[in-house]
Amino acid sequence: MKKLLSIFLLIFSLAIVANTQQDNHAHDHQGEHHEGHDHSDHDGHDHGSHDHSHGDDHDHSHGAEHVAHHGPNACGMVTHSEEFDPGALAFHHISDQNVYNIGTLQLPLPCILYSKDAGVEFFSSGKFHADYHGTGTYAYNKYVLYEGMVRRIQGDFPSGLVEIGHDALGVIEETVYKEEDGKQVEDGTKDVVYLCHNGTKVACDNKSTLDGGLFGGGLTSFTDFSITKNVLSMIIMVLLMSWLFLSIAKKYKEREGMAPSGAQGLFETIIVFIQDEVAKPFIGHKWEKFLPLLLTIFFFILGLNLWGQIPFLGGSNVTGSLSVTMVLAIIVFLVTNLNGNKHYWEHVFWMPGVPAWVKTILTPVEVLGVFIKPLTLMLRLFANITAGHMVMVIFVSLIFVFSKNGTSYIGGYGTSIASGLLTMFMMAIELLVAFIQAFVFTILTASYIGAAVEEHHHAEEHH
Amino acid sequence: MGGSVAALGMGLAVIGAGIGIGMIGSRAMEAIARQPEAVGDIRANMILTAALIEGAALIAIVMAFLVA
Repeated sequence: MKKLLSIFLLIFSLAIVANTQQDNHAHDHQGEHHEGHDHSDHDGHDHGSHDHSHGDDHDHSHGAEHVAHHGPNACGMVTHSEEFDPGALAFHHISDQNVYNIGTLQLPLPCILYSKDAGVEFFSSGKFHADYHGTGTYAYNKYVLYEGMVRRIQGDFPSGLVEIGHDALGVIEETVYKEEDGKQVEDGTKDVVYLCHNGTKVACDNKSTLDGGLFGGGLTSFTDFSITKNVLSMIIMVLLMSWLFLSIAKKYKEREGMAPSGAQGLFETIIVFIQDEVAKPFIGHKWEKFLPLLLTIFFFILGLNLWGQIPFLGGSNVTGSLSVTMVLAIIVFLVTNLNGNKHYWEHVFWMPGVPAWVKTILTPVEVLGVFIKPLTLMLRLFANITAGHMVMVIFVSLIFVFSKNGTSYIGGYGTSIASGLLTMFMMAIELLVAFIQAFVFTILTASYIGAAVEEHHHAEEHH
Repeated sequence: MGGSVAALGMGLAVIGAGIGIGMIGSRAMEAIARQPEAVGDIRANMILTAALIEGAALIAIVMAFLVA
């Protein structure tokens, strides 16, 4: 116990010492004028690595490789703002990226991009020569990397590898106009990434997304099929799970009739729990057919949740991305509706046992329910995991906010201790949430499947 | 008075979650007091129901976050 305490205190003191080093970017620029509202923050925050409380790894070498240019660049854009923007940092850390930051090491990932005019392009994101922020210093084939995500340069731009240097990419908040009664009306603002090249500003497009513009997406000039951080995490998780469960299955064959050992024992507990507490009670007598699906969903979601919680491993927010949870929800939707028997569909469209006028009200509600139930599955998992990641980033950001970007030592020290403790507590809760959310997804899937395959055995009772 | 209405909406959603989960917790405590040997079952069901309610609240929070 004493050893544990001493190790804990050592790590904490290291964290505090590391925190005080960040004031070599103390702000002594007066008279800054902002051209636009910028999200790219350059101050001493955890660069790309999703570390939570201990050991803020600041790469002290970045003074050498990066010109700390705080003023506006050649086009008048401010690319590295003085202000620390925790909201933008949080968004950056919960979104998908084309580079994988493990600690201070940046792993380039393959980019597979399709655009109408250039077709499919396959190259490594190392071509962008990105800095620790994930902002590239080179443009390749009209693509740039800004804050970890690939963008496409609009308009005329030379193909191939073009150097754009540091401080070339920034965000400008533009007002969006829409047509109304024949004239342009303001419709809110949008953040557009601009590239400053040879003194001219060129707009850069985000990748196409199916979210209808929620995260600045919609259908744009290119689609991103790359192996991003999320995809790589999923591939790693699938390989890990396959290896784990295949070896457990092999152990069962070898140890026929013997007591379970090692990982076999651990997973047998969980699998039997899901079989006895989730599958059998909720699905009924057809549980064997659906047990593999339930187990796959449970371990997949659990594994991905836990993978995102490991500090210094890039903080890949896989289950916190709407695409992944949407696919899981679509799978549940397909399985329940393809296995629906006559009584299930009868209950949806023409609920038996109620008066006719109630039936007409219930039918639209039930039909909507068929779609809303998987939708809530998707949103619940997404919201829980994303909220957890965001809270982590915000607790660490508190240190920077309270220490006023390194100028206030009292604020810095005090908040480091308090925030460190809070973050540890939140990480414990996040572990619990990882298990709970996987379990809730599984149990609701079992419940929906059970409703779909339920036999008609209550004809004699009132509905 | 700064901020946006979305932040107000977030707060309201959390009030709902707080009330709901508080009620679950209190009933669970009463049930455990009545029948201490069922503590395992009650705890499992309490956590499950709390997760469902929290899901609804978190959906509201994340939607509000996206709006503003």
